[in-house]
Amino acid sequence: MNPVQASKGAAIDLESISKAYGGFKALDGVSLRIEPGEFMTLLGPSGSGKTTTLNVIAGFTDVTSGKLLVGEKSVVGVPAHKRNIGVVFQHYALFPHMSVGRNVAYPLTLRGIDQATRQARVARALDMVKMGDFAHRYPSELSGGQQQRVALARAIVFDPPLLLMDEPLGALDKKLREWLQLEIKRIHRELGTTFVYVTHDQEEALVLSDRIAVFNRGRIEQVGTGRQLYDEPATLFVGRFIGDSTVLRGQARSDGNSTALSIAGETVTAPRRLAGEASPVMLLRPEKLSLCRPGQNAANGANRLSGTIAEAIYLGSESKYEVKLADGSGAIVRSALTGESFGLGDKVELCFDGTDAKLLADDSTADTTLT
Amino acid sequence: MEMKPLTRVLLGLVCLLVAIWLVAPTLVVVPMSFNENKSLAFPPQGFSWQWYENFATNPDWSNSFLNSLKVASIVAVLATVLGTLAAFGLDRMKARPANLLRMLMLTPMVVPGVVLAIGIYAVYLDTQLVGTLLGFVLAHTILALPFVLIAVSASLEVFDRRLETAAASLGAGALTTFRTVTLPLIAPGVASGMLFAFATSFDEIVVSLFITNPYLKTLPVQIFASITRDADPTVAAVGTILLFATTILIGGGMLLLGRERKGRQ
Repeated sequence: MNPVQASKGAAIDLESISKAYGGFKALDGVSLRIEPGEFMTLLGPSGSGKTTTLNVIAGFTDVTSGKLLVGEKSVVGVPAHKRNIGVVFQHYALFPHMSVGRNVAYPLTLRGIDQATRQARVARALDMVKMGDFAHRYPSELSGGQQQRVALARAIVFDPPLLLMDEPLGALDKKLREWLQLEIKRIHRELGTTFVYVTHDQEEALVLSDRIAVFNRGRIEQVGTGRQLYDEPATLFVGRFIGDSTVLRGQARSDGNSTALSIAGETVTAPRRLAGEASPVMLLRPEKLSLCRPGQNAANGANRLSGTIAEAIYLGSESKYEVKLADGSGAIVRSALTGESFGLGDKVELCFDGTDAKLLADDSTADTTLT
Repeated sequence: MEMKPLTRVLLGLVCLLVAIWLVAPTLVVVPMSFNENKSLAFPPQGFSWQWYENFATNPDWSNSFLNSLKVASIVAVLATVLGTLAAFGLDRMKARPANLLRMLMLTPMVVPGVVLAIGIYAVYLDTQLVGTLLGFVLAHTILALPFVLIAVSASLEVFDRRLETAAASLGAGALTTFRTVTLPLIAPGVASGMLFAFATSFDEIVVSLFITNPYLKTLPVQIFASITRDADPTVAAVGTILLFATTILIGGGMLLLGRERKGRQ
């Protein structure tokens, strides 16, 4: 397509959207602005409210309170079939009694588009998802990946300003999923439509999105680019949900501008303080940690914690170690193969620079909702 | 699992016996219809087409056959429309009231035909519906409705309602969705319900005996009257015609359905 179409997506505004089922709050004051043409991913564990949010935007679910604007116009109370929003479902939802061609033509027929135009647009949409040769097949003759590509063609053929995708790759195997992720990215670039994508897979979210909204318990914990969420998590939940992480908990003591945690007799410090009353924990990314033999000089960092190698995983380009610390908690370390290698049960010291430790408020619920 | 040869032979024998037992009464009718004498004796004597001729030319027979065809066709359409709508509505209702209503609508299947017949007859006497087309259609529709309800409900049970959500997202309102997505996918259930409804009406004798009069007789009423009055082998000829007609109809339907299913998979 040409670059003129690059701005034809619709903006979406969610303003304090709540949805209650009896006493249960599926959505609890969700506010989010999605820019025109943006690829926004709603990420979270199951039951966190991400799919409910998608259903609210699509018009499949009413809201209990709050405002919803699509393209700067309120759509509260507008039925789903009048919203002109494309939706791709995890279960494909192709009509089994129609051929691929008729499935894709369906939304055009409803809009009273004449046959010649219809055929041209169906062909273009199928070409875009590389299913041009399958127009006469029936859905039952296609593989899962092919069915989902047809479903995608059907959802974009009527040029909706907004496309919603609800875990569209959830039922597919890993290789196919990775390839289709790139296809979806390419189609997003070519169409310039606003995409809202729901997934519980943080890697998928990182691959696809311009920005990610992390959901937990019916609320948005943080919105940002993948890098922002990884480097500067706002909450312990976000830090743990995005990427691998090690969380250090201990007796906390803050003075001046630094925080010290005492963990099973050893003390680590970070040159920062947490605002507020909450008890602080330290979150560390695997690449910020290093391992050395007890007594050896560490490559980086003044902080040291003793532990034992509980798991050593060879990953080709690097090694991943799980270290059991003195207080029983676990740490995850990645190290290049050029360094020293360690075996199961080796006594090691975990070293890190205090400036690399993120100080976050402890949240015991972060553990329970992740598992 | 491998079977012993003896077991296999015994099993085959038992199956054959049961099959003969089930089909024999039906097949006995066929040779009787070609009897030369005016008797329902078995085995028949001689060969003639005269009872088939009698069926076609005697207005008592041909009229009652046409009446049955007319009543059964209207009943099939009416019961299918009402039954499909009822099944759809019950499918979308809360489980408890839906089950209650469903049971209520299935009662004509359980209540003894005579009880129903007496009730209908009493009402028809007052409303002057005895011996009328409308009377037959109304009474038979009550009896046929449960069959449609059961067949369509079974289809709706396996229908994936998420397809309706998908249709809505593509711009289809509730009616369009029903017409273009739901109905085509439950069509086999609707069709078999319609077939059952037609057969129920075409076959019905108990209620029909009560609400018939000399001006409007259905085929089963005529058969019953004929067999109680005299041993007319025309009954056997009618039976034979119906046997082949239903065999072709249902056999053809099954073939068509099978082919369509194969084409899709």
